[in-house]
Amino acid sequence: MSNSNGTLLEVKDLRTYFDTDDGLVKAVDGISFQLKRGETLGIVGESGSGKSVTNLSIIRLIPSPPGKIVSGEVVFNGQDLLLLSAEAVRKIRGRRIAMIFQDPMTSLNPYMKISRQLMEMTELHLGHTRAQAYEHAIKMLDTVGIPDARARVDNYPHEFSGGMRQRVMIAMALSCEPELLIADEPTTALDVTIQAQILELIKELKQSTGTSVILITHDLGVVAGMTDHVIVMYAGKVFEQARTKELFAKPGNPYTKGLLRSVPDPTAEQGKLYQIPGLPPDVAHLKPGCPFAPRCDRVQDICRNEFPPLVQLNDDHASLCHFAREVYVESGGTPAT
Amino acid sequence: MEEHPRPPTDESVDQITTHEPAFHVSPEMAVAGVDSPTEFVRGTSLWKDAWRRLLKNKLAVFGLVVVVLITLASVLGPTIIKSAFGFTPDYIPSNDVKLIKSFPPFTGPNGEFSWTHPMGTDNAGRDQLARVLQGGQISLFVGIIATLVSLVIGVSYGAIAGYVGGRVDDLMMRFVDVLYSLPYVIVVIVLLSMFRSQTPRGQLILLFVSLGSVSWLTMARIVRGQVLSLKNQEFVLAARATGVSTARIIFRHLVPNTLGPVIVYATLTIPQIMLTEAFLSYLGFGVQAPLASWGSLAADGIQNIAIFPWQLIFPGVTMALTLFSLNFLGDGLRDALDPQMRTV
Repeated sequence: MSNSNGTLLEVKDLRTYFDTDDGLVKAVDGISFQLKRGETLGIVGESGSGKSVTNLSIIRLIPSPPGKIVSGEVVFNGQDLLLLSAEAVRKIRGRRIAMIFQDPMTSLNPYMKISRQLMEMTELHLGHTRAQAYEHAIKMLDTVGIPDARARVDNYPHEFSGGMRQRVMIAMALSCEPELLIADEPTTALDVTIQAQILELIKELKQSTGTSVILITHDLGVVAGMTDHVIVMYAGKVFEQARTKELFAKPGNPYTKGLLRSVPDPTAEQGKLYQIPGLPPDVAHLKPGCPFAPRCDRVQDICRNEFPPLVQLNDDHASLCHFAREVYVESGGTPAT
Repeated sequence: MEEHPRPPTDESVDQITTHEPAFHVSPEMAVAGVDSPTEFVRGTSLWKDAWRRLLKNKLAVFGLVVVVLITLASVLGPTIIKSAFGFTPDYIPSNDVKLIKSFPPFTGPNGEFSWTHPMGTDNAGRDQLARVLQGGQISLFVGIIATLVSLVIGVSYGAIAGYVGGRVDDLMMRFVDVLYSLPYVIVVIVLLSMFRSQTPRGQLILLFVSLGSVSWLTMARIVRGQVLSLKNQEFVLAARATGVSTARIIFRHLVPNTLGPVIVYATLTIPQIMLTEAFLSYLGFGVQAPLASWGSLAADGIQNIAIFPWQLIFPGVTMALTLFSLNFLGDGLRDALDPQMRTV
């Protein structure tokens, strides 16, 4: 099953557009990345930068119309998911690629018992009988740290707290031992103490099952602690892509730098918090130049007129900026030639 | 808070961090502060909750009791009368019982007090009580069957239209609009007279079909509206992301979520259809003698209202009582299943 280079998922030049009354919205516009087996990829970006659409595109859940995957390839285990029939994709969803959603309060069906929702997965994909599926559901709840799983499994979602529901979602996502887990802002709707537990849980389950993870978030702290690689998205494009450590230490893009500066430093003196000026652009009406230009602190004329190139700073580090090398050098990096 | 007792340990359970490999949460942690591990997880289900709210509503309970009693009486009544007095609803006594065959209530053949006919008899001397009970059987049956037809067709139709959306939805709902615009009593009358059946039983089946076929329209609209608002919820996306098929999402995930309004509307459809049936029987299109329904009994009774008022009063009052009760029950169910709608 495994490819020789260990690549599980390769996204090439993915473009997903939405045809709205306001014009064509290029929500995802030419995204490419690779995910190796057992690795965790972080996707960061502001709201509306295309993070979620990228991942919904991967498992072909873009609402259509108005959404449409215009071009690109999503090669999962050597198979382009975009070319498969709807039926074939359905067999992959949940079985080999599972997803965890942002809001655990709404992503469980309020009218179904937890057990039924968990059993549905394994009955569908693993061909379990009712009894097998039931036992498996209990085992999964146990795995995600729900105490007294046997008694809780027949509860309804409203009898669980937010953190517990997210645990149930994780149990559901992992019940068929998928090869890829996509976690779309899994902790955004939870309070901080629970956030840490959920992240810890994902991390541990990842290590014990060898699942690859795509973690979508706008929390840089989460990315730093959880991921091997990071993609920074802005206006539907990849702005920077690097190993996590490298990206945090030596960012090669002014946007990434701005993001990193925006993280409050608890040890610093009380003062004004930094923020990137302006708002994310309206992706329906992008101007020809760099989409970040109006907010960038080192903007030049060229930025306003020409779309920036993707500069390869080293084997594992690329940045979409006219001045990627300069920024990289400023942060202390040495660009490869 | 009182209605949804939360397990007191919810928060503490969450605070169990998974420092050590996540695979085990020790039993002491699991039951932190609680004596029995199974005790604290017993919450109330939606249905139990709704049932409790229903029982608090006096009118609804009254409705429920009356409906159950009338149903039981209709189902068992004729059999009991048969074994007690020895006649069936369509039993016509022999002709030698004088000229006036319609006895007033509690009156025997010679004008004396008698328990034999508590509601009197009709023109042919048939026992009115037995007739009313048998009529109840048919009236309730028509109401329930036609409502079930409307449930099956309406719910699936509306759910499919709502979930699939787009052009399919447009086409399906325009078709409903067209049917809506036809005056349905006339449609039913046309259906009934076109396919007029020779046997009373055939006519009855025809009545079910024609009432059912026009009664699903509103149900389809209600369900479609519900599904439209539900289908964009995250749990549907989550279900799709786990590879659940479209049919399963519609019928296992969405339809149960619409059940509240559906039950309420179905309960309110039963009296509506019973009324229509009575109306049709009254016009002579519904149930044919010797079968009886409340409508046909009333139609017979009204011809002699000046001389034999009991022929109209008993079926009329029974029917009114049933319809009232069903409506109270329906209103009660609506309040119970959708407490936010309540205007108390």
